Amino acid sequence: MQIDHGKCVACSNCIPICPMGAIYIDPAVNRATVNLDECVECFTCYRGMSKEHLNPTLVRSIRGLLKRLRIRFDPEPDVCPTDALTPQELSWPRIVRQAFSDPLVPHESTGVHGRGTEEVKTNDVTGRVQDGEAGFTIEFGRPGVGVRFRDIQKMTMALASLPIAFEKKNPVFSLMTDPATGAIREDILDEKVLSAIVELKTTLEHVPAVLQRVEEVAPHLDTIVSIGVATRCDAQGDNGLEPLLKGEGYTFYRGKTNLGLGRRPAAATA
Amino acid sequence: MTNTLHRFGSRESLQKDYIIFAMAARGINEEGAPAKLQTFLRLALKHHPINVGNAVKGGIFRASQRLNPLAHWRRREFVDPQEVVQSIDACTTVSAVFDDPANLEVFLRELKTADLGISINISALTDEARTCCQRAGIIRHSVEYSLGFHGDLNLLPERHVLELSTMCGHGMVSHNFAKKMIDWVKEGRRDPQEATTYLAKFCTCGIYNTTRAIQILEEARVGT
Repeated sequence: MQIDHGKCVACSNCIPICPMGAIYIDPAVNRATVNLDECVECFTCYRGMSKEHLNPTLVRSIRGLLKRLRIRFDPEPDVCPTDALTPQELSWPRIVRQAFSDPLVPHESTGVHGRGTEEVKTNDVTGRVQDGEAGFTIEFGRPGVGVRFRDIQKMTMALASLPIAFEKKNPVFSLMTDPATGAIREDILDEKVLSAIVELKTTLEHVPAVLQRVEEVAPHLDTIVSIGVATRCDAQGDNGLEPLLKGEGYTFYRGKTNLGLGRRPAAATA
Repeated sequence: MTNTLHRFGSRESLQKDYIIFAMAARGINEEGAPAKLQTFLRLALKHHPINVGNAVKGGIFRASQRLNPLAHWRRREFVDPQEVVQSIDACTTVSAVFDDPANLEVFLRELKTADLGISINISALTDEARTCCQRAGIIRHSVEYSLGFHGDLNLLPERHVLELSTMCGHGMVSHNFAKKMIDWVKEGRRDPQEATTYLAKFCTCGIYNTTRAIQILEEARVGT
């Protein structure tokens, strides 16, 4: 994303909008400028801000006069008065930033928007995670910190040696050069994204080992790691994962509940 | 969805926060999904949700592409929820946010009867979600627990900012903008309702809980 300096009036509305803090007023030109290394091409600024289409010269003149009179104009904070935000055409490897950061762009590998994963949301139809199994979603970069693939690789390589199976229908998996080692393709290791999820499955008995490994590696990453873990419930809605997690000392009260109302089409179940 | 999984807050703060969403499984039961997703939202709208959304087209709070200068004093803040329903023209994820479990429970009964055949999930306090389901005659199929944030927690902002920003799990509500809105409410430049509307516009999935956001801003107004 770039900002058209011919249009920008340095009102600063866009600066706090950026989740990565990548926009700043460049004092050399007195215009808002994007730090492209920190920008993750999430399009929050471009899509989320409302747009006026005012004449930049007129707006700068008014702002200059008000500034001299020490009068503060209190504009709507979510507006770009001159529609100065300008998307760039993206190519590889930078385009991977948008794929992971812009929730309106579907991931090519899975066809799913957002972070490109279905996880346990469709487990009633896919049967991906069964009784006695645990499905992990290990997310990097959320909330609002961002992550580079180099840090994700540290975790995937640490996890690969455990008795786990990475989920193949997952955008990060599609970027691995060697799932057996967790290695990710080298040409994107320095690319930054808003967040990315690694999914894996294991048996309940190995859940503590996975958690321990994540906890060991997370402090060494320049990001935040969010952990989600899922399982199938029995006919009464109970599961073996919950007591296991409590036994490991975790406190948790929030989560996602799949109601089991989805089903496969009749032909698919025949 | 993980975009709702890790909403930050104490247990008390997360009460009255129920997101229910529907989606088809790619490559398995997508056929006919758009019509079923529309039905899901039409049923939801009968039961007073505080926000609804289509993950690829937006919720009822949206940015405007052509504001005129008078908008600084008078803006159209909301899209008709029926526009969100009509926007569903492909396989996507749709959602509805409730702040009253009684309304959610009645909706669940209708969903069970409707038998749409697509996956339905509730993102909320897990025990409350389970209770809602049981009252509606539904036994949960699977569950995913949020074990929270790990690593260098010094990277995170203060709690009110985090409570506001994590309500958009795709990260579209930046910490800095949440902080700005808290400051504006504290300074009396906007009231919590106005500040919440600004925040909700950035959440493209329509899962922003405006009731909760107003409560957080009220609390932040007088505290640290």
